[in-house]
Amino acid sequence: MSAAVTVYVPRDAAALAVGADAVAEAVAAEAAARGLAVRLVRNGSRGMFWLEPLVEVATPQGRLAYGPVAPEDVPGLFEAGFQSGGAHPLALGPTEEIAYLKRQERLTFARVGVTDPVSLEDYEAHEGYAGLRRALEMTPEAIVQAVLDSGLRGRGGAAFPAGIKWKTVAAAPGRQKYVVCNADEGDSGTFSDRMTMEGDPFMLIEGMTIAGLATGATQGYVYVRSEYPHAIAALRQAIRVAEAAGRLGDDVLGSGRAFSLEVRKAAGSYVCGEETALLESLEGRRGVVRAKPPLPAIAGLFGCPTVINNVITLAAVPLILARGAAFYRDYGVGRSRGTLPVQLAGNIRHGGLVEKAFGVTLRELMFDFGGGSASGRPIKAVQVGGPLGAYVPESQWDLPLDYEAYAAVGAVLGHGGIVVHDDRADLSKLARYAMEFCALESCGKCTPCRIGSTRGVEVIDRMAEGRNRPQQVQLLRDLCDTMLHGSLCAMGGMTPYPVLSALNHWPEDFGLAAPDRAAA
Amino acid sequence: MAVDIEKVRLLAAARRDQPGGLLPALHDIQDRLGHVPPEGVPAIAEVFNLSRAEVHGVVSYYHHFRSAPGGRRTVRICRAEACQAMGADALVEHAQRHLGCKLHETSADGAVTLEAAYCLGLCASSPALMIDETPHARVTPQRFDALVAAAAGETR
Repeated sequence: MSAAVTVYVPRDAAALAVGADAVAEAVAAEAAARGLAVRLVRNGSRGMFWLEPLVEVATPQGRLAYGPVAPEDVPGLFEAGFQSGGAHPLALGPTEEIAYLKRQERLTFARVGVTDPVSLEDYEAHEGYAGLRRALEMTPEAIVQAVLDSGLRGRGGAAFPAGIKWKTVAAAPGRQKYVVCNADEGDSGTFSDRMTMEGDPFMLIEGMTIAGLATGATQGYVYVRSEYPHAIAALRQAIRVAEAAGRLGDDVLGSGRAFSLEVRKAAGSYVCGEETALLESLEGRRGVVRAKPPLPAIAGLFGCPTVINNVITLAAVPLILARGAAFYRDYGVGRSRGTLPVQLAGNIRHGGLVEKAFGVTLRELMFDFGGGSASGRPIKAVQVGGPLGAYVPESQWDLPLDYEAYAAVGAVLGHGGIVVHDDRADLSKLARYAMEFCALESCGKCTPCRIGSTRGVEVIDRMAEGRNRPQQVQLLRDLCDTMLHGSLCAMGGMTPYPVLSALNHWPEDFGLAAPDRAAA
Repeated sequence: MAVDIEKVRLLAAARRDQPGGLLPALHDIQDRLGHVPPEGVPAIAEVFNLSRAEVHGVVSYYHHFRSAPGGRRTVRICRAEACQAMGADALVEHAQRHLGCKLHETSADGAVTLEAAYCLGLCASSPALMIDETPHARVTPQRFDALVAAAAGETR
């Protein structure tokens, strides 16, 4: 019998959602029926979701892609000899040569879709644990310095320098310290955390372990939203493998240093993505936001010094240690260093994961990568940075993706989600939804958020009814001003971003006079 | 049906020594019983040395926890922006008509509870939904009917 052919069928939830399990079963059944030896690997997704389920086969010429594959296509693929790269209408050629992938700068996502997510051997064969091994030769101060020098900023949305958080925790007195990973990825239009946890969980485990070494923390928690059962399962499986192999536990890689990790399942509260609400939830309470100070770095989980970072922030760390801070810092623009895994979502033809250095523009992302709207209609508005991010009009599509450039126009990059709406979108409806979502998800601790969001819905409804519009506009602006400046956290403090951007750039949707776009 | 308070107490006690163990305990209870029964709240409170009000506060705060039994399957339709951009509102309308119940309600035959989700992380393949823990993307009304019929199984 000839050597087994390796066939890859993704296990990413977005591939499962379009039938990847049935495709994997069909591949196994067809191979068995033909007496062919096939090694089936359930990889992560390459992040080209219009091509899922994307089946790959390993050949002497490299990996070749076929997609989107339906179970009924599988016999035909074997008939065409796809296992040795045979021609077929679904053939896409060498995976790495697909333009969408080839034009990316995949640092954090280098392994996602390539390796078997729960195989430690595969991980280590692709540079895995090189960062931790390097970190074990360094002093904690030197690890923190490397993260500082890399320019890495929090990828959850707030863009706070990760190294400064780490330095504060390292310097804070305390017998017990914690590393907490915020995997409560609730922003609509984002899925990079999910893809990371499902597609390369060891990278997150390694990053958290390095954070533990740097700060003296011995226990880590990953707080994952309940909407992500597959991410939870993959992470838990990877943690068991890492424990069995001495990569986690009392003696990490024989160093005598201890680090343990536990996955905690969230319970469907958006505001728990705010770091202090998350800590409350981890402690077993309602996810109510805490007033700051004290900072979590000083008094965080159970009152102890706590590093709390987003999945992508922690996942970037192993490479920074393995290749050096300068390697990472050399990507990007201005004070936005490294890469951002951008997520193209909503009404977009080629939606998916695009990791690029900071500095790429929305227009390039939506048209060169995304191929325009899925509906084929003109794109009207783009929400960048999740439900608390501004709607960006066409006049701003050429701005570089850069934290400071976006802040200058009252927008945010957030967690890198880009949600595209075509010309059928009603921005007053979307503004109303932003207020409604805030009312639904507000933790209730501060008044501007708790009450302001409900009043906001009412004001926008009165505008829609045409009741004294000029007065309602003034009311809405005043309300947004109060929420912006008076809320305890970003939930109430940033809900005005989508609302005001909708009102400012698309007043005609609120029944007001249209702006002179040519003059803008 | 009588609530098995002892089972609730045992499940809670298994998490008592875990730091911040209340949420994991509530997950265990809901996973086993389908909901967190109000009759079990005093037992949970006793195990964790909390007031009943505190436990009730936690159960009622989180959208994931339910205090009453749901249908045999739970369908969660994403209503967030990315799915809205691809017709989620129409899908929700269709689902309500098809199942004869509103969001957060259960169909009359007890087969399906309809819930809203605010992002399932399938935003490049909208509109999306989950049936229990199985994700489905690019769901048209026709596909919705087929998925629900398959999920409801014997009842249709």
